[in-house]
Amino acid sequence: MTAKIKPSKGAPYARILGVGGYRPTRVVPNEEILKHIDSSDEWIRSRSGIATRHWAGPDETVAAMSVEAGGKAIADAGLTPEQIGAVIVSTVSHLKQTPAVATEIAHLLGTGKPAAFDISAGCAGFGYGLTLAKGMITDGTAEHVLVIGVERLSDLTDLEDRATAFLFGDGAGAVVVGPSKEPAIGPTVWGSEGDKSDTITQTLPWDVYREQDAADVRYPALRQEGQAVFRWAVYEMAKVAQQALDEAGISADELDAFIPHQANMRIIDSMIKTLKLPEHVTVARDVETTGNTSAASIPLAMERLLATGQAKSGDTALVIGFGAGLVYAATVVTLP
Amino acid sequence: MAATQEEILEGLAEIVNEIAGIPTEDVLLDKSFTDDLDVDSLSMVEVVVAAEERFDVKIPDDDVKNLKTVGDAVEYILKHQG
Repeated sequence: MTAKIKPSKGAPYARILGVGGYRPTRVVPNEEILKHIDSSDEWIRSRSGIATRHWAGPDETVAAMSVEAGGKAIADAGLTPEQIGAVIVSTVSHLKQTPAVATEIAHLLGTGKPAAFDISAGCAGFGYGLTLAKGMITDGTAEHVLVIGVERLSDLTDLEDRATAFLFGDGAGAVVVGPSKEPAIGPTVWGSEGDKSDTITQTLPWDVYREQDAADVRYPALRQEGQAVFRWAVYEMAKVAQQALDEAGISADELDAFIPHQANMRIIDSMIKTLKLPEHVTVARDVETTGNTSAASIPLAMERLLATGQAKSGDTALVIGFGAGLVYAATVVTLP
Repeated sequence: MAATQEEILEGLAEIVNEIAGIPTEDVLLDKSFTDDLDVDSLSMVEVVVAAEERFDVKIPDDDVKNLKTVGDAVEYILKHQG
């Protein structure tokens, strides 16, 4: 017989309760990048808007940076680690695949025995994690979820590739998502375009080392087709961002902040133009001093907007991540 | 009605002016986008997208890299416009 199964009971809505970030202590200026490539500070700044980025030292591991950012987010939410029921970590640069680094992070944070797992969704990873967290809270499978975006992209950077050597940075950003009486995370507009997988990719799979003498193989790095990615990011992602606003029932005039993935200042500038955002909307421009930190970039930029007073708790923000896959995720949130 | 070579050049000059701030009279057929007009690879994408809209033409990413001069772009649009 089909017995009646008791359903889980979730909160009516979910919201971001706290945010935290960690940037490695070592700041790397463009001058240091120029030791390996034939370029100039002016060229790098004009193409990307990046002046400096943070690169992690040996002790600033994916787990260590995540624990710092996650701990701050839990404190910012006014919670203790034991109240976290799930830990979701989005990363493409944790170079040991098993076990999931989320379990180590959960343990180091003192969270008890939460559900813990990693996801891989490139620079859209934060939005993917946030969407999962929202579903878990409204479904009732977790009350508070820690979502972490973390990268050590310096480990996957080809210092001699003049198109990408200056782009990437390291860091971790985290939010705690919890129950809410009011809607505070809008519908997610997300998707993938696997036909464009070659436009941003790791150059080689790791198993190349099993087939060839390691000494003959250049270490894998991230590569991208700049023009194709730029066109997709600016024009296609502007449509996705607009759709996220529409589905949340929010007009551009009601928006306080725009926090796009911090890929490149030129992409951000062109997206604003294409979206025709009103001037009063605060735009996150953390890429200038943080570089592109993939999954970590949106929570890091969010934390900085709040810490510097450029945005405040309760503000309405449009967030959009997009990157390797290609994948994307956009939604409207109330800032913690 | 399809645009003439002259109309395409005039339209492109306006687009380049708007995106890169180059005076329209400097946008001539023999000028290189990058070397003469200082239109970098990312601005070139913006020029291409604006040209696509204006002239009802599709310019795929693979073809963009072949458009070295203003003349290349004018010829491409002339041949492919809808």
